[in-house]
Amino acid sequence: MGNNLASNFAEIAAVVLFGIGFTDLFLHKNLIKKIIGLNIMDTAVYLFLAVKGYISGLKAPIIENGVQSTEAYINPIPSGLVLTGIVVSVSVSALMLALTVALYERYHTLDLDMISFYERSKDRS
Amino acid sequence: MSRKREEKEYQKSFPYRFSRWLKGEEDPFIGRLEMKPQVPRESPERHFDPSDYEDIKRRSRDHAHNKRWQGYGKLYQVSSVFICTALIALLVYAVSYLPPVGETGNPANNEVPERYITKGLEETGAVNIVTGMILNYRAFDTFGESTVLFVATGCVMLILMTGKSRGKRGTAEEGTGNGMAERTSITDTGDSMSEKISAEASGKRGILAEGSRSRRTEAGIQISVGTVGIETGNRVSMGIETGNRISKEIETGEPKTEETVGTDPILQVIAKLVCPAVFLFGIYVILNGHISPGGGFSGGAIIGAGLILYTNAYGFEKTERFFTKKTYTGISVSALSFYCLAKSYSFFTGANHMENMIPNGTPGAIISSGLILPLNICVGLVVSCTIYAFYALFRKGGL
Repeated sequence: MGNNLASNFAEIAAVVLFGIGFTDLFLHKNLIKKIIGLNIMDTAVYLFLAVKGYISGLKAPIIENGVQSTEAYINPIPSGLVLTGIVVSVSVSALMLALTVALYERYHTLDLDMISFYERSKDRS
Repeated sequence: MSRKREEKEYQKSFPYRFSRWLKGEEDPFIGRLEMKPQVPRESPERHFDPSDYEDIKRRSRDHAHNKRWQGYGKLYQVSSVFICTALIALLVYAVSYLPPVGETGNPANNEVPERYITKGLEETGAVNIVTGMILNYRAFDTFGESTVLFVATGCVMLILMTGKSRGKRGTAEEGTGNGMAERTSITDTGDSMSEKISAEASGKRGILAEGSRSRRTEAGIQISVGTVGIETGNRVSMGIETGNRISKEIETGEPKTEETVGTDPILQVIAKLVCPAVFLFGIYVILNGHISPGGGFSGGAIIGAGLILYTNAYGFEKTERFFTKKTYTGISVSALSFYCLAKSYSFFTGANHMENMIPNGTPGAIISSGLILPLNICVGLVVSCTIYAFYALFRKGGL
């Protein structure tokens, strides 16, 4: 183990959150719950990026009183990346939910096992 | 001499065809493109409905009911938890070797953010460095984001609107729009619907694209929508079937009818008070994106939330007075095209020209920082339209 386990507790929280979302993908059969798990993973990535850009004691990168030095503001780049991530995750969630609606229209169930079994039994017959 | 062209000559020309396409009179693909008639999606031989669940449960990997799979279910759960714990342990191990959070000397704090912070105000004119970064230094990235939103809306429309306009949602809207009082005339509704379907099908010149999809309602009534009814010409019976289904749906109250939307007086009074403030706040956040926290994305989300609140209070009829599919397309496409044109000058200046042609103005004033303000407005328009469009698409299956 490295030495920075205690000081990186926020990154550890992000990593654990990512793992929880990943486990969710494994253990749930319901498609909506799988989408929720993916969203938890998204959130973990935002947390990780936000922590990466943080510098302790400094302010958000909005220039005040004309002070322009790296001593005064945190790193602005991860903030921009999180913005990109949020937009993409909203789009992907909407797309997945729409596909789920379409699947429900056809099979009348959200259970992935049911759907796959139905398709397989149709191929066999 | 008149400059008007001969009618025959004009009919061959591109503007004529374009105007016809614009008015929706002509599909440029039909007749000019070799098209195979789409094979109608084969209806499942054995219909899948809730009564089959038990059978499937017995045969499938339903661990509680199938003895053969009982051990497997336990094994699957245990192994998946094990895999995920191993993943978390691995990642925590990696994190423990990352540089400590919050120190100035971390590798992430290199010369790039230094340049943005020290020179950003002079180069972009934006007090908010993040806005200056995403809308000036990295404007193409933000253009891509807005396009992703637009494309996502397009895909959701494709999924939710095409199958249903002729199938379930379309008829449901038709039926429920007439309301419960006209349940007696539902057979007529179904009949007109089937005529509409057949008209559409003939409009496609025999290309029967959609529809031999069959499904069962919970009551077990067989419904066939689309080609089956049309091919046999058995319109009336199909109409009755559709009508049966609609009345079934009204009785069970399964899809939310339009009547339940927009009748809550408490919500209406609150919305009357809150909506203007929400819209004003959203506009404020968008317009101040370069001098304070916020910007196009957050302001657009606020305006979209206001639109959703308004819709919930007053119903889709009131919203459709000013926001339809046409409005959505117009606003999104024009905002994205303006963004594209406003930023594509850098292609003509060697793609290395980061200066604005517009002067940056005084930092801190609303009208300053060159192109950032109009670009913020464009992004805000796209985001607010998209958020409302997602809501409307999922709520009623169309804009």
